[in-house]
Amino acid sequence: MLKISNLSARVAGKTILNGVDLEVGDGEVHAIMGPNGSGKSTLAQVLAGREEYEVTGGSVTFDGRDLLALRPEERARAGLFLGFQYPVEIPGVNNVYLLKAALNAKRKAEGQPEVDAYEFLALIKRKMKFMQMSEAFLTRGVNEGFSGGEKKRNEILQMLVLEPKLAVLDETDSGLDIDALKVVANGVNSLRDANRSIVLITHYQRLLDHITPDRVHVFAAGRIQRSGDKTLALELEEHGYDRAREGRVA
Amino acid sequence: MSSKTQDVETLLRQKYRHGFVTDIESDSLPPGLDESTVAAISRKKNEPQFLLDWRLQAFRHWLTMREPTWAAVKYTPIDYQDISYYSAPREAKDAPKSIDEVDPKLLATYEKLGIPLHERARLAGVAVDAVFDSVSVATTFKDKLAKAGVIFCSFSEAVHNHPELIERYLGTVVPAADNFFAALNSAVFSDGSFVYVPAGVRCPMELSTYFRINAAKTGQFERTLIIAAEGATVSYLEGCTAPMRDENQLHAAVVELIALDDARIKYSTVQNWYPGDERGVGGIYNFVTKRGECRGRNSKISWTQVETGSAITWKYPSCVLKGDNSVGEFYSVAVANNYQQADTGTKMIHIGRDTKSTIVSKGISAGHAVNTYRGLVKILPGAAGARNFTQCDSLLMGSSCAAHTFPYMEVRNPGATVEHEASTSKIGEDQLFYCLQRGISAEDAVNMIVSGFCKAVFKELPMEFAVEAQNLLSVSLEGAVG
Repeated sequence: MLKISNLSARVAGKTILNGVDLEVGDGEVHAIMGPNGSGKSTLAQVLAGREEYEVTGGSVTFDGRDLLALRPEERARAGLFLGFQYPVEIPGVNNVYLLKAALNAKRKAEGQPEVDAYEFLALIKRKMKFMQMSEAFLTRGVNEGFSGGEKKRNEILQMLVLEPKLAVLDETDSGLDIDALKVVANGVNSLRDANRSIVLITHYQRLLDHITPDRVHVFAAGRIQRSGDKTLALELEEHGYDRAREGRVA
Repeated sequence: MSSKTQDVETLLRQKYRHGFVTDIESDSLPPGLDESTVAAISRKKNEPQFLLDWRLQAFRHWLTMREPTWAAVKYTPIDYQDISYYSAPREAKDAPKSIDEVDPKLLATYEKLGIPLHERARLAGVAVDAVFDSVSVATTFKDKLAKAGVIFCSFSEAVHNHPELIERYLGTVVPAADNFFAALNSAVFSDGSFVYVPAGVRCPMELSTYFRINAAKTGQFERTLIIAAEGATVSYLEGCTAPMRDENQLHAAVVELIALDDARIKYSTVQNWYPGDERGVGGIYNFVTKRGECRGRNSKISWTQVETGSAITWKYPSCVLKGDNSVGEFYSVAVANNYQQADTGTKMIHIGRDTKSTIVSKGISAGHAVNTYRGLVKILPGAAGARNFTQCDSLLMGSSCAAHTFPYMEVRNPGATVEHEASTSKIGEDQLFYCLQRGISAEDAVNMIVSGFCKAVFKELPMEFAVEAQNLLSVSLEGAVG
């Protein structure tokens, strides 16, 4: 699904990613954990194609295509979804309108006709119910006046509607209380299948209590320092990043 | 002569572009302005003496006035002696004979705006009757209005058929000596629209210049007068949602609205005059005076404008709230792209008791444009219980444009409530990237973000207009980002 080889990137002249190697197979869930400022979010932004980040080396293959050669919107249409750490507010733009435009852009790229307005409404209402969101969110501005938790649920809602091949969720668990965390985890789990991969970027083990990862990676100083199975996350929780990074606790 | 001066000169003379053969003797007056010009215009229009006297008085006053310099706009001085002040409505012989003769670029824009084919021809100034039969539509309109007692005609027609109404109301809201451009207009105006809705009548349809029968291709100096008598209601749409083909240069119009007791006037404008090219060459100087007077109790005047065109816009649709409990509203979206300059806003003058006003202004600047909101809220001593709410927001696209806000407030009654909110934001890279990441194209994303920003104003526009205004906005901002 995703193959990152020796990827380096910088922003404003400062190197943030420094030789990232990562391979995510079809249907796998990977967790990337690491301290603040280690470059986890930068990796997510680089994958999504944010212009401010300059790729200085390495390659990324997504679903057999050279990801770095695609524009951000092309990556999205090819099935890459980024769940933002800080979803932005777009005042006056209807939440459901944005979602419909997004779905139609994807369908168009796939050669499908635009979604029927009636069917779309039914679909989104079903998904909102699943995410325990009130229908009032349909007509509110995109993330406008949403609480932190509501914004995160909205990200997952979008993911459920867009059904990406690869979802990169950047600290989707931060700022959530335990009930909201379960709802979000349910949303993610409902999408798990053999043809879809998920990369979870997180600080904490607690999300992984609800979403069981196939692989866990420790990210520090701009690259993956260690990889393991789900038990690695528990080690991290117990001993902190510094020791885990050095591999002394294994 | 600098090239810039030359551009303006060309601009002022562009009546002769496209090689239209204009017979000076019968259709146009030679460039120049003096009392004989004013008299000649009045004579050509066969006007009654009172109107000639009024024009001459305005002209004499204009001679004593100086062009205002306080607006935040820059332009090469206008040579008022180099303009021809009268050009008869374009006749069939001047107009393109068929849509094939119309500039394809213009037609492409119409297509983007989604204007139906037969309307495109009309907008482009094709001699319609020769191509399409629109007479029956026109007649239906006239019949329906006449039945309701509504007078809707060109200003010239009104002068001949209803001189008593003209004499009674003309210049009572915008006096001939009001300001430099209004005085000039008063002296030399060529035509415009006239609406009179009698007491108790709700005008059965939206009126628009577009549907006006024998719609004269009004020149640079048009004059509109709308009167809603006691309890009458009217909604008027001005301009068109496509670039007018009229090669106007200096456009100095005057609009007067009068609402008597319990009357309501809604005046919507979508202005898309030629803004000049990407380098700021050419374009219309749009110096317009628009004012409405809520003369009667419980009356209401509402201005909604979407301004996307013109090289320079100088325009402040205002409300004089004389009648007790009267209401004034101003909803505005002003877009300035490339080298456009817009200085626009409103004046709300509270005179009567318990008068209310609302101002919602959205300014969008892109390219190298300068967009200024200038507004005055004035509450006179007698306006006990007056309230105003003002909200002005500016959106910047890119880093070479500018936005200014000049809100003036004069409150002379201690019981009045005045609220002002203002914001300036940049179209966020974050917002744009968010949309892109959802697979939405940059162009659609910008349109979406800008429409969201303008929503509060668009919802005030009549439905069919709102859609076109939105399309227009995207056409105007094409290429502004990414």
